[in-house]
Amino acid sequence: MLHIEQVSKVFNPGSPDEKLALSHINLQLRAGEFVTIIGSNGAGKSTLMNLISGVLFPDIGSISIGNQAVTSMPEHARSRFIGRVFQDPMAGTAPSMTIEENLAIAKRRGKRRGLSFGVKRADRKWFKEQLATLGIGLDDRLQAKAGLLSGGERQALSLLMATFMKPKLLLLDEHTAALDPARAELITTLTERIVQEHQLTTLMVTHNMEQAIRLGNRLIMMDKGRIILDIGAEQKRKLTVDKLLYEFERIRGAKLADDRVVLGG
Amino acid sequence: MLGSGFWTAMYKSFELGLLYAIMALGVYVTFRVLDFPDLTVDGSFTTGAGIAAIGISSGLHPLAATLLAVAGGALAGMMTGLIHTKGKINPLLSGILMMIALHSINLRIMGKPNIGLLNQETLFTSLEKGFMFIAVVGALVLVIKFIIDGFLKTDIGLALRATGDNARMIRSFGVKTDSTIVVGVSLSNALVALSGALVAQYQGYADLQSGVGMIVIGLASVIIGEAIFGKRTIARVTFAVLLGAVLYRLILAVALQMEVDSTDLKLLTALIVIFALTLPRIRGNMKQKAVSRKRAVEMMKVGGEG
Ligand SMILES: Nc1ncnc2c1ncn2[C@@H]1O[C@H](COP(=O)(O)OP(=O)(O)OP(=O)(O)O)[C@@H](O)[C@H]1O
Ligand SMILES: [Mg+2]
Repeated sequence: MLHIEQVSKVFNPGSPDEKLALSHINLQLRAGEFVTIIGSNGAGKSTLMNLISGVLFPDIGSISIGNQAVTSMPEHARSRFIGRVFQDPMAGTAPSMTIEENLAIAKRRGKRRGLSFGVKRADRKWFKEQLATLGIGLDDRLQAKAGLLSGGERQALSLLMATFMKPKLLLLDEHTAALDPARAELITTLTERIVQEHQLTTLMVTHNMEQAIRLGNRLIMMDKGRIILDIGAEQKRKLTVDKLLYEFERIRGAKLADDRVVLGG
Repeated sequence: MLGSGFWTAMYKSFELGLLYAIMALGVYVTFRVLDFPDLTVDGSFTTGAGIAAIGISSGLHPLAATLLAVAGGALAGMMTGLIHTKGKINPLLSGILMMIALHSINLRIMGKPNIGLLNQETLFTSLEKGFMFIAVVGALVLVIKFIIDGFLKTDIGLALRATGDNARMIRSFGVKTDSTIVVGVSLSNALVALSGALVAQYQGYADLQSGVGMIVIGLASVIIGEAIFGKRTIARVTFAVLLGAVLYRLILAVALQMEVDSTDLKLLTALIVIFALTLPRIRGNMKQKAVSRKRAVEMMKVGGEG
């Protein structure tokens, strides 16, 4: 489903701030795989997500989604394959627009937009049903502005918007990190259920080790722009936080440097 | 107490207010919907006036001349949009650059600084000034308002609004924000030029300087309207903008009646905008202080009892 070959990315080349953010990354995802990604600060996790979604472009290497080469395809064109949820709850919705208008925008992800009304009567019914699946009462608030929602509610809405049109690829970059533990748990549960239900091919960055182990069927650890550990479904079932930390130390010869790491959930 | 001169002046201001309201709607589209402070307006208003005037005085049907003016405004807006998106120049500067360029272009279009239309047939020739005028032009302005309201609810309209609201989000849903910005700024300046074309026909002349300060007048209309009539929904804001534009003209008329020097009008406009912009903040602060004071008193009482 996703093929990343020999991808590297350098920021500020030739300047004193030069930074090799990604170095010869190879990653192949099969359809339906749910991969969690952990790694130290500045490991290049967000950069990888941005390269996949077309916010940034690789200096060398190639990326394809399905059978489509997307290496130089601009972000807006690539969006037809990709659903995304950002870390910042503000980032995923348009605050001055209503919930139904936000959903209408998401419904046309990657499609042509014309002069027909964004929110049609039939849509409303469908939106309501979709919102109801979140189970947090948003289905009665179609006309409420997204800016009025709490962080958790907004993140749930963003998750719905990213997934209800069944993207080929779902990218989640620490999408629960800005929430309090209870809200984070809610979004995690919703994520698990939605990914399962639509069998979405998913990449999820998290700082929560326990979560990274519990969710998904493959785990990747990144450090200094490289993938240093890639654990498949079989092995992952037996994985514990201690084993993971031990693996990191064994490979890097140093403790995991991550000021935000959460060991347990 | 008030002579008939006063009422004539008010009527005339109301009429003008309706024509300028179209320009204010254009300013609303850039400033509020797109969050793009577009200063092209000062130039494109004159472009509209100039194209209409030169068209009409060279024998074109007034309607055709007006439509041509609209196209000219749209083109000017498109240029500003392209300067910003393709040239990566910030919105304010893009608008200023286009405004300056238009000063020269407008003179090229008009050929001279002032074109009179007094003996020409215009869109308003058969329309009696006064009540009839206000009814017909008022209806036209409302139709434009409803079209804009409707447009902002279409798929493209939603994308346009989201571009101003959260560009990163709308890009992630497949919209090329460069395009929505160009569309929005074009639409805005098309409206501004339409307003310029109509004002020229109303006043019977087009002047090279007629657009100067137009952006502030547009902003004043938007801000006064929002401050007084609220901005809960789009339909409400656009209506507020129309009323704001008319109200602004009436305020000026009253000021002129009170013998404020007409050279001071731009100063007065600036003061009105500053006032309307700071008023909501001051009101909010006062409310906040009152609440804090009340809470402090309550908490002291609780403390005293405990
Ligand atoms: N736009 C940019 N310009 C310059 N350097 C950047 C840019 N974006 C990221 N970097 C650098 O590239 C490296 C990788 O950053 P990235 O954001 O991908 O890390 P991350 O793994 O997501 O880290 P975190 O866990 O802190 O989110 C970092 O050293 C960062 O400072
Ligand atoms: Mg990151």
